[in-house]
Amino acid sequence: MLQTMEPKTAEAAGGAPLLMLRDVGKTFSNGVTALGRVDLTIREGDFLSLLGPSGCGKSTALRLIAGLSTPTTGLLDWRGDGAGGRFDTGFVFQEPTLLPWATVFDNVWLPLRLRGVSRTEATPAIREMIERVHLTGFEEAMPRELSGGMKMRVSIARGLVTKPRLLLMDEPFAALDEITRFRLNHDLLELWQEEKFTVVFVTHSVFESVFLSNRIVVMAARPGRVFGEIAVDAAYPRDEAFRTSPDYAALCREASRVLVDAMDAGAGDDRP
Amino acid sequence: MTALDRPDVSLALDPEEARRVRAARFERVGKWLLPLAIMVAAIWLWDRICVWNEIPRYILPRPGEVLYTLYADAGLLFGSLLVTLKITFLGLALAVAGGVGLAVLFAQSKWVEMSFFPFAIVLQVTPIVAIFPLINIYVDNQTAKLLLCAWIVAFFPILSNTTLGLNSVDRNLLDLFKLNGATRWQQLVHLRLPAAMPYFLGGLKIAGGLSLIGAVVAEFVAGSTGQSSGLASRIIEAGYRLNAPRLFAALILISFTGIVIFLVLSLISHLVLRRWHESALKQER
Ligand SMILES: Nc1ncnc2c1ncn2[C@@H]1O[C@H](COP(=O)(O)OP(=O)(O)OP(=O)(O)O)[C@@H](O)[C@H]1O
Ligand SMILES: [Mg+2]
Repeated sequence: MLQTMEPKTAEAAGGAPLLMLRDVGKTFSNGVTALGRVDLTIREGDFLSLLGPSGCGKSTALRLIAGLSTPTTGLLDWRGDGAGGRFDTGFVFQEPTLLPWATVFDNVWLPLRLRGVSRTEATPAIREMIERVHLTGFEEAMPRELSGGMKMRVSIARGLVTKPRLLLMDEPFAALDEITRFRLNHDLLELWQEEKFTVVFVTHSVFESVFLSNRIVVMAARPGRVFGEIAVDAAYPRDEAFRTSPDYAALCREASRVLVDAMDAGAGDDRP
Repeated sequence: MTALDRPDVSLALDPEEARRVRAARFERVGKWLLPLAIMVAAIWLWDRICVWNEIPRYILPRPGEVLYTLYADAGLLFGSLLVTLKITFLGLALAVAGGVGLAVLFAQSKWVEMSFFPFAIVLQVTPIVAIFPLINIYVDNQTAKLLLCAWIVAFFPILSNTTLGLNSVDRNLLDLFKLNGATRWQQLVHLRLPAAMPYFLGGLKIAGGLSLIGAVVAEFVAGSTGQSSGLASRIIEAGYRLNAPRLFAALILISFTGIVIFLVLSLISHLVLRRWHESALKQER
């Protein structure tokens, strides 16, 4: 349990760096500086949560990492064996954003299909992924026939079907009810532990970030920046018992405190 | 589905639910029965007016006589109908090809859309009757003239609807395609075209009727020059000869054709969309 205002000191622990954001900033054409000078190292195997008030640039950061947008300043430094890059990332949006005209099976096939993998070739991977998100039996269902939680499962299966090294998630469970969210939290952690991919997870929820992540990066607004980092050193696997443990409560308190500080700092700061 | 579709007889319904079931059943039947009843009443009244006022047959024929003409002149009328139908469907096919083709072209680049869309609007807002004399000068072939008219009238709803559809794709889905390195072609085939399908089919329903109107109007304008043989020229001819029964018979055939075209296109639309699009879903309460 360690909180620093200087994120670089936290680099000592954990896996090898996968991606380093160096001095990354983004200013939109309308003059909004969504991100100013962000330094952040994402390490192999991290479950890193980006926690922060609305408008602090979490989505912007995620889009930059995904390569959907280019930084105004600084650079993204992909490490590892050089095989990284945006084609090796999966993305899960806040809404399930499935193709409404395609079955669950075809929706999960999509990323492989766009890479030129035929249906037959892709079938084992798709079936496996559908099973991993507990949707076996729903292969031929249309998205509109599924509940919100099930749609999100399809979206996660689609994000992981290419076996990406990095999974980016932008408030994926924000629109779900709490019970469904707890289940998905649990299943996502299970997948993460088995598949050993790296996750960058954007959330508004202190509780969710503490339950899921090994690192919580708290951001502040105006301009968007890294305000502090909290290492969550509770052991995995984490189950529902963890949610009621004193450790969890203490971590939530700490994260809330940092978040409140970040919000104060963000509100007091004027635009550069 | 809900209990409204398959009311369970064994179920003890409270009065409110029972009333709802009754109302729903009545609505299902009434939807067809009421217009039909009005229609029959109107035809009966028409017949009575003819008899009561002793209106001569060359001014207003009795419904029975119109029906008889439809039977007696069947060879002539249905032959003409076939000619009109041919123009209508060829015109519609060309409108689909042209409308979708142009829309796809527009979707490739904002510049192309900005440059050419205004011309499509000009073509749409200029009344076809006003353009026809020009077409008459430049085009010799009678069928080609009529086709061109049907096409001009029918293609715009398809173009504008399909363009709208191709552009109204979920932004996140576009990002997803980009993230997975999709080519423009993949984006078109796997994302934009399916997303545009409901819009296209909506346009098609309008275009089907317009194509018929285009075919008939064109023939009317061309009719004075002689050589055509579609339903419109039958109407003109019957008008000259004060053959009101045949005039009415031809008119009924045209209306009927329009209704059938609309129903067929609605059915196609329903069949294509029924698995996924809201418009094709039964109302669920
Ligand atoms: N495409 C854009 N053009 C202009 N301004 C933008 C754009 N995208 C985001 N912004 C602005 O940048 C700032 C950060 O936006 P961003 O979406 O990254 O915040 P966020 O932390 O994800 O917020 P939320 O939690 O509400 O999703 C906001 O002030 C937003 O208005
Ligand atoms: Mg956001």
